[in-house]
Amino acid sequence: MNTSLTNAARLFGAGLRALLVLTVVTGIVYPLVVTGVAQGLFPGKANGSEVTAGDGRVVGSSLIGQAYDLPLKDGQETPEPDLRWFQGRPQNGLGTNTVNTRYDLILSGATNRAADNPELLQWVKDAKAAVVKDNSVPGHPVRPEDVPADAVTSSGSGLDPHISPEYADLQVRRVAERNGLPVARVQRLVDTHTIPRTLGFIGEPRVNVLELNIALEDLKGGTAAH
Amino acid sequence: MSPVLSGVLQLLALVAALALAHIPLGTYLAGVYSSPRHLRIEKWIYKGIGADPDTGMRWPAYLRGVLAFSLAGVLFLYLLQRLQGVLPGSLGFASIDPDQAFNTAASFVSNTNWQSYYGEQAMGHVVQTAGLAVQNFVSAAVGIAVAVALVRGFARSRTGELGNFWADLVRGVVRVLVPVAVVGAVILVACGVVQNFSGIHEVGQFLGGPQQWNGGAVASQEVIKELGTNGGGYFNANSAHPFENPTPFTNLFEIFLILLIPVSLTRTFGVMTGSPRQGYAILGAMAAIWVSFVALMMWTEFAHHGPALQAAGGATEGKELRFGIGGSSLFAVSTTLTSTGAVDSFHSSYTGLGGGITLLGMMLGEIAPGGVGSGLYGMLVMAVVAVFVAGLMVGRTPEYLGRKIGTREIKYAACYILITPALVLVLTAAAMALPTPGDSMTNTGAHGFSEILYAYTSAANNNGSAFAGLNADTQWFNTTLGLAMLLGRFLPMVFVLALAGSLAGQQPVPATAGTLRTEKPLFSGLLVGAVLIITGLTYFPALALGPLAEGLA
Repeated sequence: MNTSLTNAARLFGAGLRALLVLTVVTGIVYPLVVTGVAQGLFPGKANGSEVTAGDGRVVGSSLIGQAYDLPLKDGQETPEPDLRWFQGRPQNGLGTNTVNTRYDLILSGATNRAADNPELLQWVKDAKAAVVKDNSVPGHPVRPEDVPADAVTSSGSGLDPHISPEYADLQVRRVAERNGLPVARVQRLVDTHTIPRTLGFIGEPRVNVLELNIALEDLKGGTAAH
Repeated sequence: MSPVLSGVLQLLALVAALALAHIPLGTYLAGVYSSPRHLRIEKWIYKGIGADPDTGMRWPAYLRGVLAFSLAGVLFLYLLQRLQGVLPGSLGFASIDPDQAFNTAASFVSNTNWQSYYGEQAMGHVVQTAGLAVQNFVSAAVGIAVAVALVRGFARSRTGELGNFWADLVRGVVRVLVPVAVVGAVILVACGVVQNFSGIHEVGQFLGGPQQWNGGAVASQEVIKELGTNGGGYFNANSAHPFENPTPFTNLFEIFLILLIPVSLTRTFGVMTGSPRQGYAILGAMAAIWVSFVALMMWTEFAHHGPALQAAGGATEGKELRFGIGGSSLFAVSTTLTSTGAVDSFHSSYTGLGGGITLLGMMLGEIAPGGVGSGLYGMLVMAVVAVFVAGLMVGRTPEYLGRKIGTREIKYAACYILITPALVLVLTAAAMALPTPGDSMTNTGAHGFSEILYAYTSAANNNGSAFAGLNADTQWFNTTLGLAMLLGRFLPMVFVLALAGSLAGQQPVPATAGTLRTEKPLFSGLLVGAVLIITGLTYFPALALGPLAEGLA
């Protein structure tokens, strides 16, 4: 009895010492070495790929999506989109779930609603109606079947920085009209900011909304901050 | 180029990269676990442990080493979380509650990495890097060690000794996981994954006002999370988060890391048993399952059935645009056919059949190619069963690699196979029968049932992914899922090591004209059949209540 207890204690001691030694190797030395190399070679990327606007202010990360909304008015619960700027994937009107949908970096996550969830179906329908309404300009109505899927569904992280080129194209006339710019100029902006598939086949073609809006701000002159 | 073609080309690129990489890495691994020499740093570590790395262990001693080390891991990680509130470098986060701390400790030590917490809102730098990331390394090394012990069982004869656990553990960390992780982490940082120790701070936004940023040693943890088939994300959104997985290339690279060691271990098996073609036969069975699951997944996701996805015009809910449906499907299948459980898109929002494919992938026991180590030993146990079935059909004593598969061996294999389904089905039934657990479901009906079935399947198979609609941070789920993870990890290891010990003690029988040729494609086919029939039939009633009912509705 006593010897088996002593043996068990000795074995557990070995396990604990092994854990502590390996913690030093993989939990202290390893992350510090990687951090040192990362900060030395790629400081910008290791610290979150910050981007600056034309006037030099840091306006976020090129990897993280943002909301482009009007300031909240009294009595409003969700702000309205600022239609002068290109909009990302849905963040408004997607209900009351605490995670996702607000481009809040400290709250990443998805809606986790199933394909047959009635709530999700309603959100998609509402988002589609909003995209059609917001982007129809006189003489150029948007048809519901023209709205791409990424414009009405939210992403996995809730922080998706990209939209499809189709959704960007859909917004061109609205953005041009709201900013008093020629449609062709804005369209060219979208075209030059369309990122192709990596090596021609990895991932999807996409447009980075923040970088597009920064370029739009440069085109207009002045600052976007409210 | 159409999105479908892009998805298929990404699949082919991945197959080509793995075909190129697994031979040198698998051969290297065989050398690592066969070499009599010790590196200097390893000698220091053995001195610290107080263990002699050259002592041969019989299976009970090997098992005791695994259990003692893992018990120390659970206690240490539990205490670290309970003390977080008073530790420096914790970003001001409070200590974790007892039930959640137990769940998380069980989760990371068992290589599951189920998370009932929000990473960016709960865990500070110290717990993440010195607690969670450490288990990412060592739980993976334990898995490889047990697999290598089983391979030695096939390779050795008339000895009960399976090697030295401490040597296998330390070599796995020092010679395999850390070097690959350093290279992989630097590649990830070069693509935009963050790696710093800054606290929560504010950065300006385009239209004014700040956004809160949470820094961290993300790249160093991300790489081992995939390489060790762990899956616990630094952030809540896991590998969907742009700071964990910023580009389409990193997405493909992370899938490659997930599959790299499990695939290479089939080569290690072939080299160590002296017949690489035996390794190819195992790999062939794994690859057949993996490729057909990817094809099915892409088919159902591109077809986007389900009212909400039909209304949207595509299965993009819960998926990041940069990865697309092809890249997301590849990740989802790879993470559930291994024991990873990292996600780059949210399985709960997949089509009904797509969600079912992720579930079935885990239910097959995660053996195609499976978790690091656990994939190989799981598939080898299945191979033992397949050989046994074939032997019954022709009326011969079954043999595998010159070892007789007798009563004792088949009992160990059967026990191994029964553990996980028993855990999954009993606990799911209990959760459905009791009044309160059902309150955690986000979706109702068949999908709500799938959420709970998925949770226990994921825990007992040590996967860790979730139909994240389920609010799993309750005492019931934290406790029962924690138990399912520990039992689902260590009970099967008991039978694997017992089997290894029994095999290593045998005198090999020479192959004759009547011996089943286990290195032939026909055997790979038999193996796939055995896997599908055994696990498919076990879970069919439960699958019919959940994803099948939803997919056919």
